[in-house]
Amino acid sequence: MMSTPSFDYLDRLEAEAIHILREVAGQFERPALLFSGGKDSIVLTRLAEKAFRPGRFPFPLVHVDTGHNFPEVLAYRDQLAESLGEKLIVRQVEDTIKRQRLREPGGKYPSRNPLQTYTLLEVIEEFEFDACIGGARRDEEKARAKERIFSVRDEFGQWDPKRQRPELWNIYNGRIQKGENVRVFPISNWTELDVWRYIQRENIALPDIYFGHERTCVVLPTGQLLGLSEHLRLDEDDEIVTRQVRFRTVGDSTCTAAVESDAATVEDIIQDLLLAKVSERGATRLDDNISEAGMEDRKRNGYF
Amino acid sequence: MDLLRFITCGSVDDGKSTLIGRLLYDSESVSLDVLAALEKRQASNGTVDLALLTDGLRAEREQGITIDVAYKYFTTPRRKFIITDAPGHVQYTRNMVTGASNADLAIVLVDARQGVIEQTRRHTLIAALLGIRHFVLAVNKMDLVGYDEAVFARIANDYAELTNHFNLPAATAIPLSALNGDNVVKRSALLPWYTGPSLLEHLESVPGASETAAPGRFQVQYVIRPQTAELPDYRGYAGQIQSGQYRRGDRVTVLPSGLESEIEAIEVNQQEVELASAPQAVVIRLRDDVDVSRGDSIVPLAEAPTPTRELEATLCWMSEQPLWPGRKLLVQHHSALVKAAIPAILYKVNVHTFARNAADSAQLNDIVRVRLKTALPLAVDTYLENRASGSFILVDELTGDTVAAGLVEAANSEYFTLPVGPPVAYSI
Repeated sequence: MMSTPSFDYLDRLEAEAIHILREVAGQFERPALLFSGGKDSIVLTRLAEKAFRPGRFPFPLVHVDTGHNFPEVLAYRDQLAESLGEKLIVRQVEDTIKRQRLREPGGKYPSRNPLQTYTLLEVIEEFEFDACIGGARRDEEKARAKERIFSVRDEFGQWDPKRQRPELWNIYNGRIQKGENVRVFPISNWTELDVWRYIQRENIALPDIYFGHERTCVVLPTGQLLGLSEHLRLDEDDEIVTRQVRFRTVGDSTCTAAVESDAATVEDIIQDLLLAKVSERGATRLDDNISEAGMEDRKRNGYF
Repeated sequence: MDLLRFITCGSVDDGKSTLIGRLLYDSESVSLDVLAALEKRQASNGTVDLALLTDGLRAEREQGITIDVAYKYFTTPRRKFIITDAPGHVQYTRNMVTGASNADLAIVLVDARQGVIEQTRRHTLIAALLGIRHFVLAVNKMDLVGYDEAVFARIANDYAELTNHFNLPAATAIPLSALNGDNVVKRSALLPWYTGPSLLEHLESVPGASETAAPGRFQVQYVIRPQTAELPDYRGYAGQIQSGQYRRGDRVTVLPSGLESEIEAIEVNQQEVELASAPQAVVIRLRDDVDVSRGDSIVPLAEAPTPTRELEATLCWMSEQPLWPGRKLLVQHHSALVKAAIPAILYKVNVHTFARNAADSAQLNDIVRVRLKTALPLAVDTYLENRASGSFILVDELTGDTVAAGLVEAANSEYFTLPVGPPVAYSI
């Protein structure tokens, strides 16, 4: 008698992601894994270990450093790359700004998020990457919900939602013409909760800032909390508080808000999430609230 | 907790987006800021338009329609669900085919005031063609027909006739109102005559995907060769088990070469295991040093398909450039990529009746039966036998675009059908 194993949904999501990573390895000459130090890209490195060990990763880790990153995250990044024994390429948004004479975003909370795209396109050109793997998920945002797992971009990195290839079964078509490249999202079908449950199951270590810690923050007009850093311009009437906070996403320190939390463990965070009624991007991203089509517009312009 | 993927078929007018919105909303899968964004755009009568939860692209919001396939996620204590929301109009058949290709279940939505219409037939036939075996007939807008049992019974009966006629699996019919939430998540007191489950209760109890009953199928995606001092000769074949089970010691054959060997080890996450099953991602090592590369299949010796260079397939044509017989293309059969030609279009399928009509070309959204010749042999099964090894896509060699979805109908010339000829003109 054959037994009929039943697989947990995390097993299925994991198998799907490994399958996608291996398709990248099989179909492309020069792929790269975009590593941000955030939990989603950390999960990607664990999945890559499962996909390619005992061999090496068939791609380097690439980090586009805005210069506004949390120091804890940069330390984690370097340590992870070393323990994996994989190649890490770091490129600075700062250098792109100088080279291309870009204007620094002004304002009170300057975000270098839009400038990341320029550095990303530079690094793609420099190494002739034909595929870039990223940790974006469809549950993050409505425009992402419509993007393919293999998302073909033109040489300007632009996404054209009307010209997307149909993606059938689990067959991924990565055939491109010169100048085009493909963004690949292996954890498209994971939700924020799935990512945390996987981190728990796999016992994956994360940068400390994901867990509750005391931090001095400025209170934004929306009530959101933003950690103090040298990149913020403070005014006299800004309200400064010290709170027990954690970060749900890890982006630029100037545009990633903290949430109040005592969560000390992954289990606490999962409980937090089950109770939480605010979505991940809504809670923490200052840049998506600007327009309802914010993400769609940025993706069209080459953003991840 | 397992996973169920389902597709919703219907048009905006049937309240499809509202139904999905209602499932998300009532199962508490919508967060406050998303609701706040919705309320900013709410209708003047003060109700939140749940349909706005699913229409993501600017053009879709402007036109109030779904253009592209969207994916939504929600979890109940019993299951994780992936909803594929595909547009319903005939000009988006390719999107529906795309959505149905990954679904375990289809919700066919009808408006209680209209009943089973041409579109219902089309959606049902396409979903069935793509191998979906679980159907829910969601009779929506029951509030607009006074929650009348007779209306529901008539529609359920009409639909049963349709599924009987085409020999399709029986559907579970559920009366509901997406707008008011009746029978979507919770059973409604307004439908006391209905004793079955609510839609969500049904979705939670349907059997999930099971790929283990079919014979073992595995395609090599990538060859792992560390070539290090510790592992100088290691060769591992990385891939996902598409169906069935594999055991250490199994006698296998590598296709299309036909070389035989034995499974020396199966690794899952660097651990050796005795047994692995679909859909696990594994590394297989073989006892013998045979030539194996990406695209090759490793299958049990006793249940191996015969590789073929000629097959018959159903295509859903997805390109604006029509298909003419003689066209050369690439076949991507999962990780195998080979050149191919389509010598003949046998007939076109009427998506409302399944009738076979003569055709000399295939236009965007057409479903056609074709003969396909490949430059190298492919190890396929029929789609009916195996959804994984019986499916492929066609790729335009120059643009790289995916131009068709393909379902293997026959891999053995014994079972090939003849073309449907042009209509004969009779003179009296």
